[in-house]
Amino acid sequence: MKNHLLSINDLSRDEAVAILATAAELGRVSEGGQKKLPTLRGRAVVNLFFEDSTRTRISFESAAKRLSADVINFSAKGSSVSKGESLKDTAQTLQAMGADAVVIRHGASGAAQRLADSGWISASVINAGDGTHEHPTQALLDAFTIGEKFGLATYDFSGLKVGIVGDILHSRVARSNVLLLKKLGASVTLIAPPTLLPVGVEQWGVAVSYDFDAALKNLDVVMMLRIQSERMHDLFFPSAREYSRAYGLDSTRLSTLKPKAIVMHPGPMNRGLEISADSADSLQSVVLAQVTNGVLVRMSVLYHLLAGASNS
Amino acid sequence: MNYLISGGETADGTQQDFLIADGKIVKVGANLAKADAIQIDATGCKILPGLVDLHTHLREPGREDSETVLTGSTAAVVGGYTAISAMANTNPVADTAGVVEQIFRLGQEAGLCDVFPIGAVTQGLNGENLAEIGAMANSAARVRVFSDDGKCVFDPLVMRRALEYVKSFGGVIAQHAQEPRLTLDAQMNEGLISSQLGLKGWPAIAEEAIIARDILLAEHVGSRLHICHLTTAGGVELVRWAKSRGVNVTAEVTPHHLILTDDQVVGYDAVFKVNPPLRTQTDVDALRAGLADGTIDIVATDHAPHPAEDKDCEWQAAAFGMLGLETALSIVVKTMVESNLMSWSQLVERMSTKPAEIAGYSEQGQSLASGSVANLIIVDPSATRTVDRNKMSSKSRNTPYHGMILPAVVTHTFYKGKLVLSPEGVHQE
Repeated sequence: MKNHLLSINDLSRDEAVAILATAAELGRVSEGGQKKLPTLRGRAVVNLFFEDSTRTRISFESAAKRLSADVINFSAKGSSVSKGESLKDTAQTLQAMGADAVVIRHGASGAAQRLADSGWISASVINAGDGTHEHPTQALLDAFTIGEKFGLATYDFSGLKVGIVGDILHSRVARSNVLLLKKLGASVTLIAPPTLLPVGVEQWGVAVSYDFDAALKNLDVVMMLRIQSERMHDLFFPSAREYSRAYGLDSTRLSTLKPKAIVMHPGPMNRGLEISADSADSLQSVVLAQVTNGVLVRMSVLYHLLAGASNS
Repeated sequence: MNYLISGGETADGTQQDFLIADGKIVKVGANLAKADAIQIDATGCKILPGLVDLHTHLREPGREDSETVLTGSTAAVVGGYTAISAMANTNPVADTAGVVEQIFRLGQEAGLCDVFPIGAVTQGLNGENLAEIGAMANSAARVRVFSDDGKCVFDPLVMRRALEYVKSFGGVIAQHAQEPRLTLDAQMNEGLISSQLGLKGWPAIAEEAIIARDILLAEHVGSRLHICHLTTAGGVELVRWAKSRGVNVTAEVTPHHLILTDDQVVGYDAVFKVNPPLRTQTDVDALRAGLADGTIDIVATDHAPHPAEDKDCEWQAAAFGMLGLETALSIVVKTMVESNLMSWSQLVERMSTKPAEIAGYSEQGQSLASGSVANLIIVDPSATRTVDRNKMSSKSRNTPYHGMILPAVVTHTFYKGKLVLSPEGVHQE
């Protein structure tokens, strides 16, 4: 495995499966009562967050602490970053402080790769979401959750039909999920109004549908994406209500799902917009399992990057 | 100082010696001899008219940290240019007679090549009110080319008026064709790569829509239009169509759009961030074909220096633009001449004769005849060099060709009979 996790493209299928398998193993160890492992004792993990994301930061922090790493949280708000300090200066500062891994969340696509490739820093870089590009650990935790719910211990998703619904254009979650789900053999359908699909999507090797109802009944996994409030006023759809009627997962649509189908959402949810409260809280919803699994998968990623093959 | 250049050949392959005296070419012929002249052996080399650039960002006044008129002139002569055209988007903007005269004077003080200021079309590039175009035309700088480059003259009425207004003195409007609403926060060519990288797309249509509109406007008012940095196959088609209708339109292509594609953006290295953006291989092929058949009239560098801190950062935060002056000839030789799409004579036409004609630079782009002003260069077409961003003559280092081995080296540049570049370096008086 490479030194960094910037994109799902950095992982071969086998490497991705290895991360998921390690996460499963960590889950069993945890259930056996050993919540904290000494693996990364003395290593420093920096959470470098240029965008607010309490959930992702807490998930990474929890993962690092359960591996006994020292965690430094560096948030752009209230720090020198907001005073015009560049990414380069911040990176060099972290390097000077001896960071072993940097978990970066940034509003600009490619920021994680810049951090990793520019020679500013020797730490492992983990992309925790860069602009509208990728969010690889989210895709890994989603795959882990799918494997868990469908009992696919080897993560062979052949024959599994996954629908990703909503703002594909601006979604880093969708980009990482498309790459990983295809790697694992699932067939993916993107469901969105044409305005929220990027030009070029026809070459992604996935199916595209504008009709949620038609696509829904065949799906094993329904992955709902958050609609950002700033999209509402940018001509992507006429109104929130019209969007919700066409692409929201309401109770009527929920009732047409296959009985064993699962509903996923990366959070935070806009209840009543892309997902109704009863869909979010239904027995088919695995939203909370995603959160739990997020910690295990991020532990596994940190383990694979920092502990390396020699310790495994 | 007198010079005798012997053993070289002209663009069409004719062996010719050249005697330069008092700023002019005084004798052209075979086996010339003159004992008291400085002898330059040009065996195996091409003797060409000095190159003329219609699109140069010199950053002075305002951003002297990235380039000055002097450092830009230095880069120009290293690249074989004897005339460059300073774009108006300086700070302050070149929208008054005072600013264009200042830039013109700085060019003369540098004394390495002609520096012709381009005037802004609108005040402060605001797109709303016409700049004092007449005053700039009548100033000591004698401005004939006007452009809001960096910004599009978007308002169709403003564009119409500008096209009409410059007719009175034979001026031309050089349009930066970019529909602003379709390119809000745009970062790169819209297509497969932008969809994968999650960078906001810059559709070809945003360029083509303005080109089409301006062709129709220029036809309607009977004025002269120049399209800056054409980048799309569709744009080439539009210009071809306009010329077939007899519209007075000319177009330029940059060296980087002849060789680089949006694949380069993978990796997010902002040295490849440029406006207009790098497009696809289909576009590159159409641009090369358009340049070869004359649909695209000229090559212009869009030389755009930026300091390291504006490029050594995340893509979205980086500035648009790349260096061009020092590598333009090599890129055109590599993409057009070595691929047999164009002859050396056509290269001279596209990089010297025609740009001088479009802008009305009377002492530039002349044939190398006895009596012409001695603006000429010696090029070794068989020599190669490896581009090193740390050894550029420009004040900035944002060349996209770092590490590339490029053909054709300019060994000598003569500006008005003065040897301003030789293998020993740049000679400033």
